[in-house]
Amino acid sequence: MKPADKLRFALAATTGYPLRTALLILAMAIGVAAVVTLTALGDGARRFVINEFSALGSNLVIVLPGRSETSGFNPANAITGTPRDLTIDDAQSLTRLPAVRRVAPLIIGTSEISAGGKLREVMIAGTTSQYAEVRRLVLAQGRFLPEEDWSRGSPQVVLGTTVSNDLFGGEPAIGKLVRLGDRRFRVVGVLNPIGTGLGMNSDEIAIVPASLAQAMFNSNTLFRILIEARHRDAIEPAKVQVLRQLTERHDGEEDVTVITQDAVLATFDRLLGALTFGVAGIAAISLAVAGILVMNVMLVSVTQRTSEIGLLKALGATGSAIRDAFLAEAAMLSLAGAVVGYGLGQLGSAVVRQLYPTFPAYPPAWAVMAGLGTALATGILFGVMPARRAARLDPVQALAKR
Amino acid sequence: MPQIELAGIERVFRLGDSEVHALRTLDLAVAAGEYIAVMGPSGSGKSTLLNLLGLLDRPNSGTYRLEGRDVTTLTADEQAQVRRERIGFVFQSFHLVPRLTAAENIGLPMMLAGIAPAERSRRVDQALKDYGLASRADHRPDQLSGGQRQRVAIARATIMRPAMILADEPTGNLDRATGEDVMALLEGLNAGGVTLIVVTHDAALGARARRRLLMEDGLKVEDG
Repeated sequence: MKPADKLRFALAATTGYPLRTALLILAMAIGVAAVVTLTALGDGARRFVINEFSALGSNLVIVLPGRSETSGFNPANAITGTPRDLTIDDAQSLTRLPAVRRVAPLIIGTSEISAGGKLREVMIAGTTSQYAEVRRLVLAQGRFLPEEDWSRGSPQVVLGTTVSNDLFGGEPAIGKLVRLGDRRFRVVGVLNPIGTGLGMNSDEIAIVPASLAQAMFNSNTLFRILIEARHRDAIEPAKVQVLRQLTERHDGEEDVTVITQDAVLATFDRLLGALTFGVAGIAAISLAVAGILVMNVMLVSVTQRTSEIGLLKALGATGSAIRDAFLAEAAMLSLAGAVVGYGLGQLGSAVVRQLYPTFPAYPPAWAVMAGLGTALATGILFGVMPARRAARLDPVQALAKR
Repeated sequence: MPQIELAGIERVFRLGDSEVHALRTLDLAVAAGEYIAVMGPSGSGKSTLLNLLGLLDRPNSGTYRLEGRDVTTLTADEQAQVRRERIGFVFQSFHLVPRLTAAENIGLPMMLAGIAPAERSRRVDQALKDYGLASRADHRPDQLSGGQRQRVAIARATIMRPAMILADEPTGNLDRATGEDVMALLEGLNAGGVTLIVVTHDAALGARARRRLLMEDGLKVEDG
């Protein structure tokens, strides 16, 4: 029997029983559609989170004081284990690095802020003029901190929108004086409402020059240095250059940790990728159920067509020809189901995207391939047993059956 | 050399604890081109004999030589090939594939033999013409009369130009006139040189054959 004839014969068998074929294709299609749609949701969640994170500012490299990991023996470690302060001068030295575009030191603390008899607790962020660009901050009123000597800041403050409203109500805050701790600052700008990022709520913040913040908190060390690399490919060189520069400045001791936004993103990427994978696994169960259904239907089909199988044997069909014809039939049903299910799944994803335009629910390519592959594999795998049973039928008994 | 040579054939079926001897120590020689009626009451073993001759069943002991070749020791696939090329079956209940057209049913053995589609359709067209089915080529079995169905079955049995035709009660489901036509068709093939072996318990039908085998209880009780 020629392969093309086997396929044609199997095709005729599937179209010969339209209801059975339609139901089986539907079952397989639901399984594949579930895989496609659910992974689209999972992967959509992953992309959504990554997009949100990218809004923090792009190409970010962050320096933290202290080591978060050890790396072999360093002669300097033998002499002193105390980390040096991460100073404003350290931060300023980084601006000269080739892969670095902008640098913003960051000191964090809390203090009381008061104006016109109103007083509240506020989070102070001490930094320099480029912080606005690094964090992509947008001002609602006024301007950001001026470009000036990092170690001698002038008493100016930029307020978060909530702080501004608490102190001045709806009135414009620009030019007003506020008291922070025991110093007086002039308000030069108010931020647009933004919300939370990097663990602090930018609406509840007062931004002052870094040197003044250090003086207020009586501290020489920085909380972070935020660095914006020149472009995406410059992130890794920037990381290396920053680490080398700071190690040099700290007498050869590597006492800072440099992380990239990419590393943080990669963690989320892995987490949500695993979630998608898990969801795909759950959906794959429905594929296994569909596979068992294929087996069931094919077994019934073998029973129904017993006399036909007997006839084929009497006409000289070999066992393998009959087995192949039934296998081809199972494969065709699974394939048709997989294709229909793929279409349904894409349709479902499109509907989700239509309902939630910000949610990028596209099924990942691997899930689509795995879904189609699993459908075909289960269909054929579960088709083997019925096909073998058909091939082994005794022709005399098969012919006797009506 | 006889075309068919059975020596000491035994076929035993096991039904629970008891053994049923469907055939016992059967010897038979059939020359090419013979016309034989196998007769006998139900359970006499005549269908078992036909199944053995058609290589659908294997004897428990004895040898079956077909055209000088011992076919009892062949593998299942080799036997399938012999069935395909040398043997044509005609059944009482026609055994057409319900979802295939008359033409497709006739072409089935050639498809199983892997003959090219062009050659297949040429031979099917010829057969449809020969058996007066040209206008019924695209009809499915349920759209055909009993006589037409059996003619499709005979066309299918002869499409591979076999050496022998084994017919099991070929007129059993047909009225007398149609049965007469079918028998005339089969006898015409026999006149062309094909060995024809018909199983029947219709005495009138048996009387038409040149040689009659009377079976009883698994034994050949009369031959001639």
